Parts: sequence; structure tokens; C-alpha cells
Amino acid sequence: MAYLLKVAVPKGRIAKHVHRLFNEAGLTIPECLDETRKFVVPAPDLGMEFIVAKPADVPTYVEYGVADIGIAGKDVLMEENRHVYELLDLGIARCRFSVIGLPDWRPTLHPRVASKFPNVASQYFREKGQQVEVIKLNGNVELAPLIGLADRIVDLVETGNTIRENGLVELEVIADVTSRLIANRVSYRMKHEAVQRLCDQLQRAIPLV
Amino acid sequence: MAKPKVFEKPTGVKDYLPEAVAKLRTIERNVLDCMERWGYRQIMTPTLEYYDTVGVASSTSDEKLFKLLDKKGTTVVLRSDMTAPIARVVASLLKDHPLPLRLSYHSNVFRAFEDEAGREAEFFQTGGELVGDATADGDAEVVALAIAALKAAGVQSFKIAIGHVGFLHGLFEEALPDRPDAQDALKDRLLQRDHVGFRNALRRFSLSEFDRDRLESVLRLRGGREICERAERIAEHEKARDAVRHLREVWDALCDYGVSGHVLLDLTVIGDFSYYTGMTFEGYAADLGFPVCNGGRYDNLLRQFGRPAAATGFALKTNRILELVGEPTALPPRRVLVAYSARRRTEALRHAADMRSRGGTVVVTQRVDRDPNFGAAGCAASLGYDDVIEFL
Repeated sequence: MAYLLKVAVPKGRIAKHVHRLFNEAGLTIPECLDETRKFVVPAPDLGMEFIVAKPADVPTYVEYGVADIGIAGKDVLMEENRHVYELLDLGIARCRFSVIGLPDWRPTLHPRVASKFPNVASQYFREKGQQVEVIKLNGNVELAPLIGLADRIVDLVETGNTIRENGLVELEVIADVTSRLIANRVSYRMKHEAVQRLCDQLQRAIPLV
Repeated sequence: MAKPKVFEKPTGVKDYLPEAVAKLRTIERNVLDCMERWGYRQIMTPTLEYYDTVGVASSTSDEKLFKLLDKKGTTVVLRSDMTAPIARVVASLLKDHPLPLRLSYHSNVFRAFEDEAGREAEFFQTGGELVGDATADGDAEVVALAIAALKAAGVQSFKIAIGHVGFLHGLFEEALPDRPDAQDALKDRLLQRDHVGFRNALRRFSLSEFDRDRLESVLRLRGGREICERAERIAEHEKARDAVRHLREVWDALCDYGVSGHVLLDLTVIGDFSYYTGMTFEGYAADLGFPVCNGGRYDNLLRQFGRPAAATGFALKTNRILELVGEPTALPPRRVLVAYSARRRTEALRHAADMRSRGGTVVVTQRVDRDPNFGAAGCAASLGYDDVIEFL
């Protein structure tokens, strides 16, 4: 094969979805990307090489061109604002960005919003013409309204179970989130045939909504 | 922020040590020589410009301009590119000079700090501008020159992708008449390289299947001259037709230049819609994650400086090319050390001057801390010289 595509894939929750999607597209990844301890998994039969990365780092690898192609959640893309091509909605790892609060939430004079995604949160409220103070947290964001750190949070919601169990409600939906196929600006043009072929193969395997 | 440590400098600016400077100068000289042979003469403009003139006219977005206040409170900018300053000069100092004008430059340009490595606040651009030529041949000349310049800079494997803003303007007007907001939304998605967002927007716009399909097929308009026919099949609008005809003429001219092997057409290459008015292009090198050059036609810029004229140009991102090309093939010059004692200084300095006048590189020193175990040759090597001449 003329080109070797370097593909950055997220480890963890999304890895098995990616594995299945590639399989259904007729692209067999030689190792289970979720279980392997390797960081680089060669797939010479596909003319590809998989780089196993932390999900939030995938767009960075692709922007800098150390990976030609990557699979990244729309959540990460919205938060990181990387200069990459967003080619395909893979329809996997579906969830949504939401504003969440206590059921009796009322607008406050000095609104505070806690989130793992401070850029997404501040951009959303700015576009709505609201000035809020955004507090960055690294996890268990649902805690913030319960103990009074913030009156609302911005977080990913998949089933809604976590927020319900903590007595919280979804107040507004910001955006739907799925995994996306992204490409480096140069690779998209220099390797456009290989990139387009992969795009078309994956498109056929994408689950219909 | 904490007080900087003494070795620190602001994010996005760089030091260049002698080896890197030698390489940069070689690239700069080779590229400028190349452009000189095409009749492009070099120009220099000041680092500082007024925000209200060059700052506003430049294609750099406002938040990326590096702004300063002078003593009177007037906002000035560090130049963010060379195209707007050159437009100012062409419309003022050179206003009586007949067009077309061919000008080249090598210059450092500035962008506001960003907090990340790889996004530079000061970098080098080497480029050319052709002012006063509105033809497809003018556009082809600039693309061919960009290709010649990349070769002169030592970039081995590269591609230039050419698009035309007129095609998308025309197509969007035809498919979404009287819906400027929808047209802007689509252009914005393309500018953000967000094809998923582009397709989602098309679904939201309640279009006929025909319109949706042809708008979506824009994303696949990439290839050689054959895509011109495909482009003509999906857009009948006059602007779009003109754009495709123009691109075909540029392509044919590039064939005659013998460089079409480096070129591909891609109608999603659009640059900045508010700035470029016609053909636009971007250059990519293998093994480098960022574009190495860009350019296009900007027929509205000169008007802002009071001398309406068509113009087209390009800039190489010389810093990026520096990362890419190998060491210069020419050997570095021989360096000779002339060591003298106070008694023989006249003789030694005269000898050094004589060698320099014949093109030699000579360092003079009053004494050498010479390791008694080495001869003169060993001493030269240990100090980093090719030879030592002693007047002791």
C-alpha cells in the first residue's frame, strides 16, 4: 500500500465501539485496542498504524500531524478547539452536553457553573447572553450543586441515571455528542485518497440513527 | 503570573542559534533569489503599523492582532502579515508606478500570544505579491512562483491545493436564494473544517433532495482538471460558472508551466471569505503537520488604501520549512585562528586582513591556552577551528 495512515484511537470506554465499527466496515484491527498495553499497534494489512491515546489527547495528536486521522468525541472537540477536519459523525458513544441543577433551581444574582468542560460551559452561556462564573472540576461534578459549590453544572449525560440518583434534573440540552472521525489538515490533502477511502468504508458501517 | 525566571521568554517567540540562522538565511537567500529571477523585487516595511489602517485591512482576525498603544494613546499593531503593508506602499509611495507591480519580501510577522507550543507569536514569512493583474495567467504565475519558491527552499515533496471562493458563493446563492444567514452558516462550517456540522446544517435547512445532494457533494470536489466538469454540473449560477472557467484556465496555464503534477483542485479550499475574492490556495509538505504556504487573490484590499487594483500573492511559512529541510549542502566556510603575541601583532593582523580580503574567515586572538600535548593541528581541532596560524 502506498500510504501508511496513522490513526489515533481513544482508549477506554470508546475503544470497543471503534473496534466493532472498523470490523463492520471490513477493517479488522489485529489486537483489541481496549486491552492491549501497547501504545502503537501496527496493522500492515490495512496500511494503518493505530496510536492508542487518552481520548482528550486525540485532537492534539492529529492537529500536530503525528497522527493523520483520529477518533475523538465531539465533547473533546468542542472543549479543545483544535485545527482539524471533522469528517464523519461515527454515531457511536452517543450522549449529550447538558446544563444540570437541583429541581428547585431559580436564577441567582451571581450564577456559578461547575464543569469538566470550562470552555464549553462559558461559550454556551456567553452565546445565551448570560455572564456566569465557571469553576473547573476534574470529576464527580454532580457533587457541586449538592454541596453548594455551584448552582448548576455542565456535563455529559448518557442515560441520566447518575443525575437522577443524585436528585438532580437536566435543565437544558446544549448539544448532542458522538464520536467523530477527524483528520490532520495536511494529511487530508496529501493522503486524500486513503483518507477518503477510509471515510467511505466507515460511512457504510455507521449505525443509522 | 509569577515573575518570569531569567531564562524565560514569552510563549510563541524563539531564539535562533548560529546553525539555525545559517539554515534560515540559506532558505531566505535561495527563495528571494528565485523570486528575483521572476522579476519580483524585494521590499521592506516597518514592524509597526497603525491599527486603523493596516491592522483593520489585514486578513488576521482582530483578536489575533498584536496591539500596542503609543504615547498619545493611538493603537498600533505589530504587522501580522506583509500583504496589507505592501498594499499601503503600492497605494502611497508607489502610487505613480505603473501596474503591474511584482514585489517580494522576507520578514518576521506577529500574532497575539496563545498559550500553546506550536502556535507562534513571531514567525517568518517569505512571499511575493503581483499587483495589477486580474487574469487567470496572473493567478497561475503566482502559484507557479510559489512552487518554484518551495523547491528553492529545499522542500522535496509537496502539493498545492487550489480553490476559488466564487464557486461556493455562486452555488450557495443558487441553492439558498435570499437566505444569507444560511449561506454564512455553511461557509462558517467549511472555514472551521467541520464537514459533520456542514452536513447537519444542510439537514436543518429543509432543502429539496436535489439541493441537499449537490451542496453535500462539494465536500468531494477534489482532484485534477476533471472536477471542473463535476463542479459545472452542480452549479449553474454565473459566479460559480465564472469561477470554474477561471480555475480551468489557471490549471491549463500551470500545465504549460510544467508544474501541474504538484497541483490539485479542491473547491473547499477557501481561506478567509471576507478577504479573498477569487482563487485561493494552500501548500502542504509530506511529513509536516501544518501547511507550508498559502495565498490567493484579494482584489478588494488595495481599494481600502485608495488605489483600487487587482492583486494576487502568496507567502511561505519559512519557520515550518526550517523544520523540514535538511542541513545546507554547501560546506560551512573554513575558520582559521590567528594567534599572536604583543611583539608580532602588526604582522599577525595584516595577515588576517589579507586572508579576509580573499574571502577567508579569520578569528584573531592574543594568546592561546595551548595544551602542550597537542601540536598546532590538534590545538585547532580542540578549539573548533580548521587551522591555527601562530605569530608568537
